[in-house]
Amino acid sequence: MSELSILGRRLPKVNAWAHLTGSARYADDIRLPRMLYGRLLRSTRPHALIKRIDISRALAYPGVVAVVTGADMPEKMGIMPSTQDETALAVDKVRYVGEPVAGVAALDEDAAYEALSLIDVEYEDLEPIFTIEEALDRDDVKIHDTSKRANVFKEVHLSFGDVEGGFAKADHVREDWFFFEGNTHAPIESHSAVASYDADGKLTLWTSTQVPHYLHREMEKVLGLPRTRIRVIATPNGGAFGGKSDPFGHEFAAALLSMRTKRPVKITLDREEVFYAHRGRHPVKMRIKTGVKKDGEITAVEFQSYLDGGAYASYGIATTYYTGALLTVTYRVPAYKFDGVRVYTNKPPCGPKRGHGTTQPRYAFECQLDKIAMDLGLDPIEYRLRILQPANSRTVNELRVTSMGLGECLRALRDRTSWERKRSERTKGKGIGVAGSAYISGAGLPIYWNDMPHSGAEIRIDRGGGVTVMCGTSEIGQGSDNLLAAIAAEALGVYPEDVHVVSGDTSLTPVDLGSYSSRVTMMAGNATKNAGLKLREQLVTVAAEKLGIPADRVNLAYRKVYDLKDPERSMSFVEAANLAEAKYGTLVGAGSYRPPAGIGGNYKGAGVGPTPAYSYQAAVAEVTVDLETGQLTVDKITTAHDCGRALNPVNVEGQVEGSAYMGYGEIVVEEQIFRGGLHKKPSLLDYKLPTSLDTPKLETILIESVDSEGPYGAKEAGEGPLNPVIPAIANAVYDAIGVRFDETPITAEKILDALGKRDNRGITKDRIGPTGLGDGKADPKRAMRRLEASTEARERKKTQV
Amino acid sequence: MLRLPRFRFVSPPSIEEAIHIRTEHPATSMYVAGGTDVYPKMKRRQFQPEVVIAIGGLVRDDFRGGTLAPLADTLPSVAEEGPLPLGPLPLGLRIGAGATLTEVAEHPRVREGYRALSIAAGLVSTPQLRNMGTIGGNVCLDTRCNWYDQSLFWRTAEGYCMKTHGDVVCRVATSSPRCLAVASADTVPALIALGAQINVVGPNGARTIDLAECYREDGINYLALEPGEIVTEIVLPPSDGWRSTYLKQRDRNSFDFPIAGVAAAVRMDRGVVTDARVAITALGSRPVRVDASALVGTKLDDEAIGAVADATHKAARPMDNTSGTISQRKRAARVFADRALRSLRDD
Repeated sequence: MSELSILGRRLPKVNAWAHLTGSARYADDIRLPRMLYGRLLRSTRPHALIKRIDISRALAYPGVVAVVTGADMPEKMGIMPSTQDETALAVDKVRYVGEPVAGVAALDEDAAYEALSLIDVEYEDLEPIFTIEEALDRDDVKIHDTSKRANVFKEVHLSFGDVEGGFAKADHVREDWFFFEGNTHAPIESHSAVASYDADGKLTLWTSTQVPHYLHREMEKVLGLPRTRIRVIATPNGGAFGGKSDPFGHEFAAALLSMRTKRPVKITLDREEVFYAHRGRHPVKMRIKTGVKKDGEITAVEFQSYLDGGAYASYGIATTYYTGALLTVTYRVPAYKFDGVRVYTNKPPCGPKRGHGTTQPRYAFECQLDKIAMDLGLDPIEYRLRILQPANSRTVNELRVTSMGLGECLRALRDRTSWERKRSERTKGKGIGVAGSAYISGAGLPIYWNDMPHSGAEIRIDRGGGVTVMCGTSEIGQGSDNLLAAIAAEALGVYPEDVHVVSGDTSLTPVDLGSYSSRVTMMAGNATKNAGLKLREQLVTVAAEKLGIPADRVNLAYRKVYDLKDPERSMSFVEAANLAEAKYGTLVGAGSYRPPAGIGGNYKGAGVGPTPAYSYQAAVAEVTVDLETGQLTVDKITTAHDCGRALNPVNVEGQVEGSAYMGYGEIVVEEQIFRGGLHKKPSLLDYKLPTSLDTPKLETILIESVDSEGPYGAKEAGEGPLNPVIPAIANAVYDAIGVRFDETPITAEKILDALGKRDNRGITKDRIGPTGLGDGKADPKRAMRRLEASTEARERKKTQV
Repeated sequence: MLRLPRFRFVSPPSIEEAIHIRTEHPATSMYVAGGTDVYPKMKRRQFQPEVVIAIGGLVRDDFRGGTLAPLADTLPSVAEEGPLPLGPLPLGLRIGAGATLTEVAEHPRVREGYRALSIAAGLVSTPQLRNMGTIGGNVCLDTRCNWYDQSLFWRTAEGYCMKTHGDVVCRVATSSPRCLAVASADTVPALIALGAQINVVGPNGARTIDLAECYREDGINYLALEPGEIVTEIVLPPSDGWRSTYLKQRDRNSFDFPIAGVAAAVRMDRGVVTDARVAITALGSRPVRVDASALVGTKLDDEAIGAVADATHKAARPMDNTSGTISQRKRAARVFADRALRSLRDD
């Protein structure tokens, strides 16, 4: 391959100005003639039967045009075909506060809002389940009838290698419990959908989704309309982070309301509703047992995860497997046992958030490795370097590893952060910590079983030399349109600004499975590259003929087609394109990509974990703890990330910094927590998303291992870099005050508790975290009593009015 | 997004007219100045006024070109004499209640003579909201509670609370006879520590009150003002010899209400404290002035500071209805009192 002309350069994103100036058209910016405004009525009960819904008063309200309820769309749906347990709007039963129950379309938003209070819903309360322990124990209360044991959604048990023998060989065994608190994505754009059912019986849905293709399938199923008559267009997402990768009630409600009224209908969620839509990070309790030799070599790992899934499946099966799948790809693990269980609780459903299912176990494992390093008297960076999983290898759970830059990441960090000096300076309250991690560059399997490509791209060249790329990806702010433009430009020898990207439109673009699991660069990138190379070949052929040189001497770059030996011998890209069109007809190239076979095992559950290539990353955090107030300040985070090749370093750095910031928020402040069934902080004031003034100094080091599978060597950059930040901060806090934080977030209260300054007793602790599962019997009727108190209060109020 | 309910917005030409309209609709009208708290609460249906009376422009004060002025009855006004030299203000300062928090925080005279106020005003919420929010609005800020500052949907699901529905219990402590919502204004403890008074005008005429006397230990009737009264001015006593500061605890460095706040002011004469005031916010339903007399006659030595920090700790009565925890916030009261007073020492 000749030298790269576009890739690797620090070029601005092709859509930067539209996003910076706010002129990009998000779903909520769409206003169509005769459009109605919709809103959803949401459940006020965490767990209840719907005895009756009466919409007559709402329908009579001035301005209201239509009302739909769950009974209008009873078909089960959900992102994973094997666990569809949700309906667009609740049917017969509600399972969390905030679950959509009915939808109203009206002439304006105010009328829609007012009409919600006129929908009469009669509930019969059921006892709610809020904790993992209760969900595991309570056979008498079923959130879903499908649960065989108590409220278990899914159990998985996997074992690889000689685990017992591994522990028998170990010189030192550690066993620790951890808890990772749930949190949510909080994208700045709230979800929005506009549906328009036209006179010809065709439905168009513009929506802020990461997965237009999967949504297309679910629309067909729920609405009973053939897919040929449905077009889903993914609008630019104002941030998504995994939170827009499920089919949502408001999308179906907007569609059905449009079908009923024959008018366009828009539903935009308000901020509080985004907290209920959720699908965020699962709260997970974890037990991890690791055996090591004296030199630190791991002999066996046993890992158990207990996931609090909330009320519905979402991606839960994948999440459960992901908690166990990727622990083996960073360090040599010769024997591994994994048991995972995900339970239903009466809270908004959890799902995939940046780092999907791997963030929690990575935190646990990296904190435990730090403890092992201390136990063995080893430097944490040196220790990790000793036990690295080698490049081009297989893990014990049969995952194929290609390029592996974790060692380089760790060494680069050691140099850049003056690690050894800072580590040796012992100032109480100041600390430095490290952690490593890995992530997939796209899931190895699609969500529904099929043999078709995971990504397809089509490229057209017009007579003016303009290039159009069409691909089903969804631009969620991560820069996917930019990346496709850059790859097409590289393949064809033009500039990214010559490329027009049409993405995420089920009628115009070939299928790409969506912008999730950090798959776009790897899969859509490869598809686009393949499509581009096909056209390149045609251009090369006609240019070689015209210039009278052999084809292997023709190069395309900088809008020129030229002789590599004598660059003066050339023609413009436009000339070459016109010649090619004269010879071959309309210039269209199609490319597709499917991950290679054999990248994972064949056992049940082997579908989650494999990927064409793993990204690797490590982070060093420097922290200060205020010993009097307990306030934790993260002074700096330095991340080294092996992205294979940085196709656009600015874009990669942006992803790494965004991940570091998000990881910081997860361990220092953010938590999606509940009081009874009610979200405790469903607003951006109360849910403490860090502000720019809180964000630590961020520094990024890019490591380029040039992967054999990635397009031009590239791997993912959007998710993995979040993972190491969290344990690095926990390990830095240990370095600062000698306390292990085996649960997140690290609040001032917990720090004071550990320092013996929470009360007057002055009892210090060297560890904050769980010691096991609770018994689940801690006053199980409490939630019910609370609910009754509220109901009584409400009833009293009613009788007084 | 949430939308405002329908209401009638009136912008009367005078304070008298504003009071008149307010008196005509005693149960269904509200005053508004910057609107940074009123409008969000209307969106969440915590306030549901039918008439909203704009008063911000009426209380920006009479001085052209500025919203702050030295006490004018004894000093020439800024407009007539041009800028005054900075330095201690022997006659004090008065601030129109409609001055924005940004104006207060950045005004050279406030920074120079009333540092605690400048700091506190500069720590309220975000720059955008400080550009709209007024000092008078902050003084009258509604008490807060995480059972109350929620949407109508959320509160419906919960079953409401005492603050909006008198017959329902207080959710914070179900046996509490009163509402436990929290005083959350940043500028108030600073103003109390600085010895501020406020001028108010109401249906029964004008009066001047010590700011410290303006609040009640009751999350619902938290202001000791008469119905219809408008805060027109904040009056600060002479600043000579005084030095002051304000420390705020919150989860983030921007945007958040205080979960503990301590203001301290001492008057020093040749290194010896001649007067001292400490006040706290966000640690109970009303801002509390703490007895700081132990400092008088000392050189701000450790022992005296320790005694006042203990008194501050004792005065702090946080409940579990804000971010953070009770013990963390109660502890912060002591630590911040200690740190605030130490920072006022001569270097």
